[in-house]
Amino acid sequence: MSGGTRLENANPVIFQRSGERLLTASDEDEDVHDPIDDREIFDLIRAINDPEHPLSLEELNVVEQVRVKVNDAENTVGVEFTPTIPHCSMATLIGLSIKVKLLRSLPARFKIDVHITPGTHASEEAVNKQLADKERVAAALENSSLLEVVNQCLTNRSI
Amino acid sequence: MAADSSLLQSLVEEFVSGLQDSKAKDAATAVKDGQFTVLQLVEALGLSLTSTQPHTRARGVQLLSEVLQECYGNLTQREVEVLIAFYENRLKDHYVITPSVLQGLRALTKCTALPPGSAVSMLRSLFQDVHVQSLMLAERSCVYSMLINLMETREAELKGLGSDFVFGFVQSMDGERDPRNLLLAFQIANLIIQRGYNLGKFAEELFEVTSCYFPIDFTPPPNDPHGITKEELIETLRSVLAGTPKFAEFLLPLIIEKLDSDVQSAKLDSLQTLTACVSQYEHKDFAEFLEGLWTSLRREVFQTSSERVESAGLAAVTALTSCLSRAVLSSDSEDSLSTFLDLVLTDCKHHLCEPDLKLVWPSAKLLQAACSASTRASHIVTAAVMPSLLEQYSNRTQCSQRRTLLEVVLKFIQAVKTSQSLENEESVFIDFRASLCSTVFSALSENNSSLQVTATSLLTSLSQQTGLLLDSDIDLAVDHLIRLLLTESDDKVSLAVVECAGALAELHPTVFITKLIPRLKAEMFAEPMDQDDNRKSSEQPSHHAVRQRCLSVLAAVSIKPSVVKETTPVLLDVLSSAHTGSVGFSVDEVVMTCRSLQRIAEQVQDIEETGRCFHETIIPQLLSLALQAALQGEESSGHRSPLVEEVVLSAVASVISTSCSRLQPQLAAQTAKRTVALFLDDDVSFLPDNSFPSHIQLLKKQQGESWRQSQLVCLLMGCVCSLPRSVEVPQADELLSQLEEMSCSCSHTLSYTSAAKCFAGLVNKRSQGDSLDSLIQRMMKRVCGELDSTSSPVRTQAFTLMIWVAKALLLRYHPLSTSLTDKLFTLLDNSDLGAMAADGFSLLMSDSADILNRGCHADVRIMYRQRFFSENSPKLVQGFNAAEPEKKSNYLKALSNIVNKLPKQVQITELPALLSLLLEALSCPDQGVQLSTLSCLEPVLIDPPPALIQQLEALVNRLQTLICSPAMSVRIASLRCLHALSHFPTHEILPFRARVLRALGRPLDDKKRLVRSEAVQARGEWFLVGSPGGR
Repeated sequence: MSGGTRLENANPVIFQRSGERLLTASDEDEDVHDPIDDREIFDLIRAINDPEHPLSLEELNVVEQVRVKVNDAENTVGVEFTPTIPHCSMATLIGLSIKVKLLRSLPARFKIDVHITPGTHASEEAVNKQLADKERVAAALENSSLLEVVNQCLTNRSI
Repeated sequence: MAADSSLLQSLVEEFVSGLQDSKAKDAATAVKDGQFTVLQLVEALGLSLTSTQPHTRARGVQLLSEVLQECYGNLTQREVEVLIAFYENRLKDHYVITPSVLQGLRALTKCTALPPGSAVSMLRSLFQDVHVQSLMLAERSCVYSMLINLMETREAELKGLGSDFVFGFVQSMDGERDPRNLLLAFQIANLIIQRGYNLGKFAEELFEVTSCYFPIDFTPPPNDPHGITKEELIETLRSVLAGTPKFAEFLLPLIIEKLDSDVQSAKLDSLQTLTACVSQYEHKDFAEFLEGLWTSLRREVFQTSSERVESAGLAAVTALTSCLSRAVLSSDSEDSLSTFLDLVLTDCKHHLCEPDLKLVWPSAKLLQAACSASTRASHIVTAAVMPSLLEQYSNRTQCSQRRTLLEVVLKFIQAVKTSQSLENEESVFIDFRASLCSTVFSALSENNSSLQVTATSLLTSLSQQTGLLLDSDIDLAVDHLIRLLLTESDDKVSLAVVECAGALAELHPTVFITKLIPRLKAEMFAEPMDQDDNRKSSEQPSHHAVRQRCLSVLAAVSIKPSVVKETTPVLLDVLSSAHTGSVGFSVDEVVMTCRSLQRIAEQVQDIEETGRCFHETIIPQLLSLALQAALQGEESSGHRSPLVEEVVLSAVASVISTSCSRLQPQLAAQTAKRTVALFLDDDVSFLPDNSFPSHIQLLKKQQGESWRQSQLVCLLMGCVCSLPRSVEVPQADELLSQLEEMSCSCSHTLSYTSAAKCFAGLVNKRSQGDSLDSLIQRMMKRVCGELDSTSSPVRTQAFTLMIWVAKALLLRYHPLSTSLTDKLFTLLDNSDLGAMAADGFSLLMSDSADILNRGCHADVRIMYRQRFFSENSPKLVQGFNAAEPEKKSNYLKALSNIVNKLPKQVQITELPALLSLLLEALSCPDQGVQLSTLSCLEPVLIDPPPALIQQLEALVNRLQTLICSPAMSVRIASLRCLHALSHFPTHEILPFRARVLRALGRPLDDKKRLVRSEAVQARGEWFLVGSPGGR
């Protein structure tokens, strides 16, 4: 981030982070089966780093818990994300990061669908199409410079 | 003499032509011993020094130089003069001779007899005849040491050289490459600057020749043979560059340029150098660069990607501002401080009006950094910022925005607090007093917990500034605090309220005494509303929570003795009404009450007034209540006093223990005397409400409900085991023998354990000697007798006593401790007591909360754990190998209990020897062993020793099995270990990547969420291994 480069959106709106999920007694009980729920999926993706800012997707309100839908029984996960500005050039990259994070963190039985919140991006359809295409996602991850950026978004930030 | 001269001749001969280097040493010793003089040596060298062969001449000069190096101290001024003239002349000679010449000159610079003027002439010929940078590493270093030596002793002469000296130095170091020499060269440059050598027109040259190394990027070679660190180089170079304002015009553009760099460390170094240099500068030195600097600093803070860069940037802003604040104003010049602050304000202030956006915080931080630099700066900044912040607070309606604004205000007040050094000076915020107060109170009455939390911290900060809160405001604040306490159920709010009340009570005790304490008392003693039974069940927990909050506030405000005097009676009232049952308090609440008393004992000032309060009122009252409860039989009334419960008694014991260990030793001694008299002689005279029967006999074995009385021994333990070591325990022998009897005969767990602990606590502090030894031996005999007879009914009791005494002796390195611990080792093979013995090691190695710790003034030697471990680990390994298969798990458990408690440094060094055993423990079917082994492996994995890396295959295999364990805690612990493995050196773990990723796929679908989340983290990290952008 040197002085020369200008950010597309240098002063974005910041949203509050939700706290850690509260631990309940049943979480510690060996015999209770905890189903995978919306909040658990949201917890997986909310800490993903934004490619431009030292902020998480949650703080930029790119992902929200209400836009995460999971059905544990039917093995489906749906995530909608909202780019900060309609012309955000990073939208595909953000979508890819979310998708990769979920692929790495969820059991293989799930079908994962990541797409842009309807009406929030100029080239919504094209991005959605790219993200839904398994082969294009796989091909993107073969590209080492793309993989590098995705991995950076998924790295736990240390100071 | 003739023999001497021939000896000398032969020495010279053998060194010069025979090339035997050791002869130089011999010659030097001979000169030092006075066998011959330097003059004779020179004469003997005559031929070799004038030889036509350069190599022979070099050998000759080398011998002379090496001798001089040993005995430069004995030279006369005349000799030195001649030698210098010779050496100066030799500088012009063949290049092979130069190294030896420089060595000789360096030896001469250390001479105290250096004639005046010679330093100058030496340096002149050096700079003239030698091109330093074409010399080898060692010779260059020789030149630098010469300079340092001369600068130490001949400062005046060197300064006489004027700027030529600086020029000569600049020429000699220009192009230096070796970090060792650079360190020397930077030291010289530092001396030049600090001691005020004349830089003349060479300031820029000196700057150029040093600044070309900035920012320093240096990685020491592996295993670091020279001990030079990057930090050392950075520090010395920084002090050169920042050393003089003469460099300002060159340094500041350089810093601005380097701040543009993409390298984090370069940015950081530049910012820190900036901070260092402006503290030396005057305003005029950097006036022209101010705008450029500000632009760079702003960018670093606004677009930062690392907290270190950000905080370095903020520190630089503070340094700049404080330098500008120091500037003396003259009538014709502009006020540079306000010019700069105008710059800052124009760039930052408008961001404060957008509390939702990202740049709010960076802007606030920049302004706060400027604010904290000086009083004047804080006046300017707050005057510009506060009105708009406070106005916005009242105009905005969203809670999140208001909270951000409030937090910004809070940070401003905290920033100013650091800058105000003078006490009693009027606060910077005095102009905004009214609006600040109304903002705080309005936020406190808001119905949003995060606003309330911020408002309470703001209130605390305001109270610490002089004159901001009037008495009426304090009154109002206390009202608010009471209201929040009684109505808000959010944990974060009540925590903040408790903290705030503590801080305010320290400054304004009277308001709290008159208002808060009576109100809370009334609230606690009010019976929960029970109009109809339906409501009661929902009301009960909240009433309980209110009581809990009241209790913790009462503890928090009790810092001043005057407050303590009011709060402790309330707490005692709670205990006595709980005892009589006149007001219903749950056991939990009673325990909380005791904790509050203990916290007060921990935090009050140790003065006589508070000491008397605890030793003469509180402790007798506690003992009396406990005794009443114990004597009251179950059948006497339907109500059972909470003071017979184990948790309550332990809490009471810790109140007594804390007061005895901390407050007023003489009074504690009195308390101990009375307590012992109570337990041994039934002396109840000091207890209030004295209506006790005459024969209580607390330590004697009794019939029936006796456990109620016998367990009171834990209070005795609290008292006598925590006395300072200067206080003698009264009737110690009698006490010890009764305690021993009780611990070996009583059948009630709390009673015999407390008796054993009390015995151990006393043994730990007893002075060394025969009486102690015989006491221990007597006890050992009895205990071993009980342990060895399989039919004994009191084996557990005997074991408890043994383990506590073993701990007491181990802590103080008593020689008899080994006989006890050896007994423990043999018990590992015992079929009944083996498991208990294995767990006992955990007790031996861990700190116990109530006795035998440093807080109780116990005799605890440093590193007793390591000592125990190194003495006993071979025994464990041997025992393990010899044990029958079904006993092996006891050994593994004992081992993991011991290793778990060792400091990490020791774990790492000891691990290689034990690794195979620990891996064995991982495959042991006992889940307890698995868990404790995993928990001792995990911290070691963060910084893995090489031995572990060799065992990686075995480790991964075992962990892979354990992540499917039926026990959730084992699955979690093993996933954490696998997570830690992902941080090992990539080339070591890459071969396992695919395998581990596959294995981690399964726990992703675990039925427990906690396991899944550990698996997700571990798998995420393993995906990054060897992947671009990962590790």
